[in-house]
Amino acid sequence: MISHLAVLPVLLPLVGAPACVVLRRPGAAWAFACGVAFLAFVAASHLLVQTRELGVISYALGGWAAPWGIEYRIDLLNALVLVLVSAMGMTVLLASRASVRGEVDPSRHSLFYVAYLLCLAGLLGIVATGDAFNLFVFLEISSLATYALVACGRDRRALIAAFNYLIMGTIGATFILIGIGFLYMTTGTLNMLDLAVRLPQLGESQTVFAAYAFIVVGVCLKLALFPLHLWLPGTYTQAPSIVTAFLAATATKVALYVLVRFSFSVFHLETSRLALSLEAIFITLGVVAAFAGSLVAIYATDLKRGLAWSSIAQVGYMAISVGIGTAAGLQAGLIHLFNHALMKGALFLAVAAYVLRVGGTTFRELRGIGQRMPLTTAAFVVGGLSLIGIPGTAGFISKWYLVMAAMESERWLLAFLVVASSLLTAVYIWRFIEVAYLEKPESGKASPQKPAGMLLTCTLLLALANLYFGFDTRLPVSTSAGAAANLLGARTP
Amino acid sequence: MSGAGLLVASLCIPVTVIPGITLLHNRPNPREALSLLASALLILINLGIYRSLQQGQTLAWQSGEVLPGLRLELAAEPLGVLFSLIASTLWLVTTVYAVGYMRAHNEGNQTRFYAFFALSIACVMGIAFAGNLLTLFLFYEVLSLSTWPLVVHAQTERARQGGRIYLGLLLGTSIVFFLPAIILTWWTSSTLSFTDGGVFDPDTSPLLLAVLLVLFVFGVGKAAMMPFHRWLPAAMVAPTPVSALLHAVAVVKAGVFSLLKIGIYIFGLDQLGATGSREALLYLATFSLLAASVVAMRQDNLKARLAYSTISQLAYVSLGVLLAVPDSITGGSMHIAMHAFGKITLFFCAGAILVATHKTEVSQLQGLGRQMPFTMGAFLLASLSIAGLPPTGGTWSKWYLMLGTLETGAWLLTIALLVSSILNLIYLTLIPVRAFWPSAAGPRRMNEAPIACCIAIALSAGGCIALFLFPQVLYQLISPITSGGGMP
Repeated sequence: MISHLAVLPVLLPLVGAPACVVLRRPGAAWAFACGVAFLAFVAASHLLVQTRELGVISYALGGWAAPWGIEYRIDLLNALVLVLVSAMGMTVLLASRASVRGEVDPSRHSLFYVAYLLCLAGLLGIVATGDAFNLFVFLEISSLATYALVACGRDRRALIAAFNYLIMGTIGATFILIGIGFLYMTTGTLNMLDLAVRLPQLGESQTVFAAYAFIVVGVCLKLALFPLHLWLPGTYTQAPSIVTAFLAATATKVALYVLVRFSFSVFHLETSRLALSLEAIFITLGVVAAFAGSLVAIYATDLKRGLAWSSIAQVGYMAISVGIGTAAGLQAGLIHLFNHALMKGALFLAVAAYVLRVGGTTFRELRGIGQRMPLTTAAFVVGGLSLIGIPGTAGFISKWYLVMAAMESERWLLAFLVVASSLLTAVYIWRFIEVAYLEKPESGKASPQKPAGMLLTCTLLLALANLYFGFDTRLPVSTSAGAAANLLGARTP
Repeated sequence: MSGAGLLVASLCIPVTVIPGITLLHNRPNPREALSLLASALLILINLGIYRSLQQGQTLAWQSGEVLPGLRLELAAEPLGVLFSLIASTLWLVTTVYAVGYMRAHNEGNQTRFYAFFALSIACVMGIAFAGNLLTLFLFYEVLSLSTWPLVVHAQTERARQGGRIYLGLLLGTSIVFFLPAIILTWWTSSTLSFTDGGVFDPDTSPLLLAVLLVLFVFGVGKAAMMPFHRWLPAAMVAPTPVSALLHAVAVVKAGVFSLLKIGIYIFGLDQLGATGSREALLYLATFSLLAASVVAMRQDNLKARLAYSTISQLAYVSLGVLLAVPDSITGGSMHIAMHAFGKITLFFCAGAILVATHKTEVSQLQGLGRQMPFTMGAFLLASLSIAGLPPTGGTWSKWYLMLGTLETGAWLLTIALLVSSILNLIYLTLIPVRAFWPSAAGPRRMNEAPIACCIAIALSAGGCIALFLFPQVLYQLISPITSGGGMP
């Protein structure tokens, strides 16, 4: 069992999904899915512990040795992301029962959990695999499941959103496939480690650059990096609240992981002659995203849409850290990847609770919600403070490292822009806080749903996690430091 | 109790009463009794810290590592002990006052008021005892956030506007200037701990230090240095007890206190004196000091006038820091105490006038002396303290600040301080004088504020006189700072 640990986080949900189909009763399907997600989380945590002790764990799928067979290769970087994705997947799933009951067509409940598990399996597969083509396969699994999940939204606009996402996502996936095809054509291998060894031998090949360009554009589409973000606001707004929470906490994080993996483990961005222009591109786009996303969020009249735009801004910070490209920069990006999942998880779960209670997420409907749902709103405030980067929350740690990385590489203007844009975050969070606490609630609307204990518990749990990781940062900081060193240390002289 | 235990207790006591205050939300008497009890207890604990410090004990506490090599630290040093004693004493006095004021004024949401008040005080204790910049910054930010509900207490559109300016400027300056300054300090010197003589190597680039000083001075927005002072008049929309304790004492003093700590323990007086941008900032502080006084003269609203007067008085402390000589540091530190007692008395009086007569404008106060002789008498005393005249405490702090300016040969600043004192006399002391002017018309019947308010006014005005009579207590407490050994 232990020797197969590397594949377990992927295998469990992948096998669990078809098994879940058999369970017709939604409650049973939910409980089963939760169990599976929990086991995947336990396996991922074990993996993290082992990689911290042993370094890299390599697993040959089906006993076929790399580079012929598919290799699962777990180092600190993907172990951390695996733990994060499985933990967030599990927490959101635990919280989901009441919200799914409130927002999704009853006939689809059990299938909803099947799609959820498939999506989780796909995301975990992308992270665990060491094979470029296998990565593409898992990307498609997770994407297809995501389209189905998004389409489960409350009204027909969800169908349009899902369709939009399907078109954009497919373009992205195609680009990635073309890139991988180019790589296979020039090197004859699909194994990432093997690619990393062979690519430098080719020297300055135009095909390799083209391959990298295709992959980067494809991944940035999935990442929703400005200006490839157009699918995100609609998708996040129209999808069922639980799906939004799940996607916001996991999908963009996995896309960032792929970007980092390809840029630094496979292509050695830091040594190639592309580095300079790409660095400028990532930093510029990241800064524009951070400002534009936040500005749109400030003027949003719908909380969910505002938070969706906020995600675009936050992706901008991660792009900046990849663009900085030093060990400190990568570390900052990974820490923010971790912390941002916690923040957005807490915020979107709180939104799910609001939807359940008042039936919508416009500021009009949410007036005075602070008095009606004090605990959920308190959790939202904590998540919001973390998003701003108030000391004592996880977001502060992210900001600290990002500013530090910018200063270390002597990009003073960038450091200033990063802190200045976080002020915009404060504006849109405070806009909601004023609505929630200072406005009088609209009278007459009783809550249509029973209070959702699990949803509240999970929301509070994530809010507490935001506080906890603001004080005890050993897990994200030490792991990301090791991961960043690995990424840059893998450089072939 | 051990030294570290005392420090932690000082932070925890105001926090621990919050659940109690919240639970007693329908029962005002026990709720307010709880607040009073907590503030009395806090004074005792801070006195305990004071005694331990006088006996030469080391009081320090550390958390686990927050970031590699960086912990949350608490440490008692003279300046912090002074600040904590002032804040906790005046918390008790203000709570007494608030009981009278909030009830007489029929304010809503009083539970929220007392709860966030206690939280703010906890943050102030955190700032007072912070052992490094990270800890200071943590409590500094939480203080801004926890006072916001108090500023928007009325929940009107005007209150919200005030709240936005308040939070926008305080968070804005701290995030855009203060945080980068802290990170830059950490990056340059690999420590954030307050250290006697400063943390920077002598060969640190002068440009870097000059930039850092500018970032720190503007970053500590709570010190209300122009041009980032607008939040303070905006905060006047809060109920009077909030304006009195937080926006005349706790929050603004947290600002100048932070500046003092940064000047003394991060830069060190020698390095600070040699920093290039110091002179420019010094003149900015002087400008702030005079300009705020001039603006104050033009304010008819009493609370607004007091707010601008506070901006001016805060600039005195900033000036003391930036002069960077022992006398000016002594003067600046003492001014924290002197101004605290004087200004809180003035705000108490403004609130008392509001409660008793519903008057808010200076022009309405002519002849009020007959009606409220006690309040106006206290007002006169406190305004003398602000101007720096005997028999009040303000005399001493201004004395040392003047000495500081003479010592550095900056005679222009000496003149500025004198001019400012005259301006203080004009825009503050004239108010009670005209209220008592014999020919002034006005109702002759006595009509004072509720008794709780009067007790508070008597206590704080008495403090002004006590500080005049016994300044040596203060002087002895803070003298180790200037003789080189403040930190434990």
